[in-house]
Amino acid sequence: MTPGSSSFVDFLAAHDPSLLPSSRALPAGSAPPAPHGTTIVAATFDGGVVVAGDRRATSGSMIAHREIEKVFAADEFSAVGIAGTAGLALELVRLFQLELEHYEKIEGTLLSLDGKANRLSTMIRGNLGLAMQGLAVVPLFAGFDLVERRGRIFSYDVTGGRYEELDHHSVGSGSVFARGALKKLWSPGLDAEAAVRVVVEALFDAADDDSATGGPDAVRQIWPVVATVSEAGYLRQGDDALESVVEDISLERTRQARSSRSRHGSLGGDLR
Amino acid sequence: MSMPFYVSPEQLMKDRADYARKGIARGRSVVVAAYDGGIAFATENPSRALHKISEIYDRIAFAAVGKYNEFENLRVAGVRYADLRGYSYDRSDVDARGLANAYAQTLGTVFTTESKPLEVEIVVAQVGATADHDQIYRLSYDGSVADEHGFVVMGGEAEQLGTAMTERWRPGLTLSEVLRLVREVLAGPPVDGAPREIPATHLEVAVLDRTRPRRAFRRVAGPVLDDLLAPPAGTSAPTAEPGPSGPASTDGGAP
Repeated sequence: MTPGSSSFVDFLAAHDPSLLPSSRALPAGSAPPAPHGTTIVAATFDGGVVVAGDRRATSGSMIAHREIEKVFAADEFSAVGIAGTAGLALELVRLFQLELEHYEKIEGTLLSLDGKANRLSTMIRGNLGLAMQGLAVVPLFAGFDLVERRGRIFSYDVTGGRYEELDHHSVGSGSVFARGALKKLWSPGLDAEAAVRVVVEALFDAADDDSATGGPDAVRQIWPVVATVSEAGYLRQGDDALESVVEDISLERTRQARSSRSRHGSLGGDLR
Repeated sequence: MSMPFYVSPEQLMKDRADYARKGIARGRSVVVAAYDGGIAFATENPSRALHKISEIYDRIAFAAVGKYNEFENLRVAGVRYADLRGYSYDRSDVDARGLANAYAQTLGTVFTTESKPLEVEIVVAQVGATADHDQIYRLSYDGSVADEHGFVVMGGEAEQLGTAMTERWRPGLTLSEVLRLVREVLAGPPVDGAPREIPATHLEVAVLDRTRPRRAFRRVAGPVLDDLLAPPAGTSAPTAEPGPSGPASTDGGAP
């Protein structure tokens, strides 16, 4: 019943620290293999930002989960995508979502976008001990800035360093390839629909070269999680819309591959 | 050596209850009433910043009358209780009954052990999947809990306004009908023949909307409230009179 801060994490630290990931004692030795989430991609567009994540979690060379979701609404005007140790990352997202909602309910207003980004930074820093044992969590945070009226992207390192990214960014194991794709595909002044296509195509490229990133699965109807954040709030793209985007990209790539197929076939097989 | 005067427990409790009741009666009333799509909360409150009605959790809201600093503390404690419970278990495991119990414990303990009881009366309400699953709990300064159905009136002229609500409220009213009814009830009986009309800007209105997916709580203000308060087409609009402007603070809260 004592007045305190508007932060749920601070409240938890005072009331029941055992529920916080940062205040758990670390056992000696290295951590056993745990599922890892992989690639997250974000890009800005005119009036917002789009965040996308593939659906694969890996444990060593095995696929631990093929339908994991790694992109979440942090609150109405921001989204967070996670790469790294899946279990800890999901806990971090849960706590972060609650932190923002708790502040909103107690204060009666939303945190500024920078405030949210800083809060996430503090929470990642609390995870440093686990990160040093190989259980790192690296989120990508994006949101619509209600003051500046534009989409903004923030990336983090394991020590809680917060960096604002211009235009687009990607994190996770396939991020190198996704970033390369984004540089070629993204251009200023895209609309939301075009930006969705750009991030899906970047994930396509990441899955092409990185074994830990899952491509779209047309057999099981598993599509990446893609969400836009704009003035209208967080909006997750429907499966139907994603299916047509994926089909479109597949068709185009199939056509390109077929036209060069004959040469690949004729050269193989003879090892003399 | 001086002996303290003997005061019987009955007298002690009665004095405390009188004290709390007096404090609560100074404040303006809050009405909580069910409508066909959820539960509506309304009070006359000219302040835009000091709320008497607020969100606790996904389907749970809180309304209070009395001393602002006291019920504000209870509200924050309630938000923490609900968020902690939801984080430890699951969001679906947070319900109004548990919260009402926690409040009852706090209010009861303060009433019997502290030097002064809390001068507050609160309502904790939760919307369910259907109107039958709605829960409305009313908690008094001494920790007593009442499970209410349909509507609750607390604060200043609770008895008088309660009678008016009993006469006119019935299940299945639309939001617009309920809000128009509540505005008339809150205005009280006509003074010198002319009914007082509370301007929409002096009403604090919020709803727990059953149809909203996760967080059911929504504040209703501005043009949306004006539309809801507008008389239905076909009836003649009452002549708009500027209502008496109240003090720009929540009752009992400002020094």
